Amino acid sequence: MESNRINLDHRIIYSIIESDSRVLDLGCGEGELLYPLVRDKRIRAQGIELNDKAIQECVKKGLSVFQDDIENSLREYPDNSFDYVILNQSMQEVKKVDCVIQEALRIGNKVVVGFPNFAYIKSRLMLFFKGKSPITGSLPYLWFDTPNVRFLSITDFKNFCASKNIQIVETHYIGKKAIVRHFPNLFALNAIFVLTNNS
Amino acid sequence: MDKTKSDKKKSNSIGVVETQYYTFAEPGREHKFESGDNLGPITLAYETYGKLNKDKSNAILALHALSGDAHAAGVHKGQDDPGWWDNMIGPGKAFDTNRYFIICSNVIGGCKGSTGPSSINPATGKPYALDFPFITVADMVHAQRHLIDFLGIGKLLCVAGASMGGMQVLQWVASYPERVRSAIPIATALKHSPQQIAFNEVVRQSIMADPAWREGNYYEYGQPEKGLSVARMIGHITFMSDQSMEEKFSRRLKNDKFSFGFDADFEVEGYLRYRGANFVKRFDANSYLYITKAIDYFDLSGGKLIPHGKNIDTRFLIISFKSDWLYPSHQSQEIVRALKRRHVDATYCELTSSYGHDAFLIEVDEQTTLIKHFLDKTFNGYLVTGNYGI
Repeated sequence: MESNRINLDHRIIYSIIESDSRVLDLGCGEGELLYPLVRDKRIRAQGIELNDKAIQECVKKGLSVFQDDIENSLREYPDNSFDYVILNQSMQEVKKVDCVIQEALRIGNKVVVGFPNFAYIKSRLMLFFKGKSPITGSLPYLWFDTPNVRFLSITDFKNFCASKNIQIVETHYIGKKAIVRHFPNLFALNAIFVLTNNS
Repeated sequence: MDKTKSDKKKSNSIGVVETQYYTFAEPGREHKFESGDNLGPITLAYETYGKLNKDKSNAILALHALSGDAHAAGVHKGQDDPGWWDNMIGPGKAFDTNRYFIICSNVIGGCKGSTGPSSINPATGKPYALDFPFITVADMVHAQRHLIDFLGIGKLLCVAGASMGGMQVLQWVASYPERVRSAIPIATALKHSPQQIAFNEVVRQSIMADPAWREGNYYEYGQPEKGLSVARMIGHITFMSDQSMEEKFSRRLKNDKFSFGFDADFEVEGYLRYRGANFVKRFDANSYLYITKAIDYFDLSGGKLIPHGKNIDTRFLIISFKSDWLYPSHQSQEIVRALKRRHVDATYCELTSSYGHDAFLIEVDEQTTLIKHFLDKTFNGYLVTGNYGI
């Protein structure tokens, strides 16, 4: 099930990214997303990752990657350095989300954000009926052992974009096994937003 | 068990190697130094490992640190000492001699076969001593370029080195970006910091404070041993880390009890004395003065790494070590920031190690993984070797 999710969100982002574009992947892991993009779409890729082992795996795949945390890694890039900045399953691990999104929009023409939906129906039921912190397919961690520091719903993120005057270009909602078309804030485990700067 | 180990080691060694010499800047074509002084002829000692391929696209220049030399790998005939980067250069190693042609030369100003202050000045028949021109890292690189021209290599697959070797790597990119396909600066800096200059100044003062230094004219009398050994002791402190010294020596005594005198009571004292005493046998004091000064002058900050308006296609692999306080990671990150500003394709990795600055000579496994694959990508482009999903 977990691998389905990985495949589905990676497949969606893979299809969003255009060939020969410049891509920065924030929290690129072992390069599971960047590698096929480089291989098939000839993108010019740069990853940012903190984990020692993941860095070595990226280099083994021939990927260029900086060992750094996301919040410190963007300042030096000139405006519009990339066609896409990807923040897939890493935004919720960042403290200064606002700063990171604004910086990503400054250095990238488009920003692709993928995050777990805290308002997923199972989360709501767990909290309401059991009175326990939710554990779901997209939020699989126990409360004391989670890398996540931000918990948000799809509605939260839409409101955030509206308040910051960030334009949402595309949205994709992912359920347990397939795309979710109705009531995504209730039925989607994960969401993928493509953002751009209004200005 | 031990035998198998040493056999294995042997099979991974490049074997017996020989130092070669190249001389340029003959009379009438003297080499102009950054200081404005001219000098010639200039000899560079160098070694090569592996074979240069037909289109001369597999050449890698390895660059040594402050007290290094051209002998980077293998052994000299009748001797046991392997080169300073023998664990990284050889068949199947990070710099794989089965695939690449590796060159290492002693820097100008050095004392291991290249022209330096201890070389004989043809005009006087005596060593240059302090008549030798002041050198910079750029002078080292310009001299190496003559050697690379002589070897007929247009574009190097890679320039790689740590510490001062890393500065030469950066200088190669700054001076000859079109001749460098990839660069691996390790445990180094874009510019020498005041703390680094301060250590070098103490190093120099300890040499020059020794009366045996004789204003640099000691060659008839022997090295300023006391000053030079103290200089090297200072160096060795900065090469280690608090943790590695604790692990290596702790407070262990050489004998069971305190001497209540100024003998070397502690193992760490004995180690430093031993290192200092050994160093005076193999390294010229004036070369140490000149080379430390060259490092202090080094500064490619403020956009000098990549000249304004120039786009470079050199790929970078930058490596630093967590416990290295002589060339701390934030200095490598400054290189990374300079490359980000110019959209240069680069990888940066901070390796975990407790060995301090020495780590670049010790942490072989992780460096090997990084360097091997980085070179592979540079040399061959992408190899679709596995299915990584999608």
